Amino acid sequence: MTKSELIERLAARQTHLMQKDVELAVKQILDRISLALARQDRVEIRGFGSFALHHRPSRVGRNPKTGEPVTIPAKHVPHFKPGKEMRERVNAGAATHPIVVSTSVDADNDD
Amino acid sequence: MALTKAELSEALFDELGLNKREAKEFVDLFFEEIRGRLEAGEEVKLSGFGNFELRSKNQRPGRNPKTGEEIPISARRVVTFRPGQKLRLRVELDASD
Repeated sequence: MTKSELIERLAARQTHLMQKDVELAVKQILDRISLALARQDRVEIRGFGSFALHHRPSRVGRNPKTGEPVTIPAKHVPHFKPGKEMRERVNAGAATHPIVVSTSVDADNDD
Repeated sequence: MALTKAELSEALFDELGLNKREAKEFVDLFFEEIRGRLEAGEEVKLSGFGNFELRSKNQRPGRNPKTGEEIPISARRVVTFRPGQKLRLRVELDASD
């Protein structure tokens, strides 16, 4: 499922909202989560999971073209830890649903 | 303080003018929709944010940390999150120290 498909699915279940509002609401939620992480806050959604930052210390890497050593500075990377209900349901789904890798291209791609 | 569903509902109320009940319902449905797709074996790709992917893990040997007793960890399906470029950069820049 892509972001556009998520918007369509939510719009179909929230018929009192305009598609445009559903789109804005989805963007708002993702933006708030990103913003919290950018501020080094945690995000905790019970039954879904939590997002937090993991620290990556600085290390020496290599320029793949020249082989020259370069210092890669310390950074933070977002990390997601699935919650209990998420873990249980995803694992239970394994018995009945094979993994489908979505091949659809997101019309809403803003990466 | 961690961001929770309560603050997300608040944001939909403040920014989009959904009423409190609609906002809460929307936030619940948002996470349920993603969880439901993952449960159904579908990966979820949210551009600009990241991808929720599924991985099948084989059974592997484990140990009860309290008793030291060996118990196999059963095969299972797990969800992993790969942050997108945009989110990675945003976090890296704003949170660099």
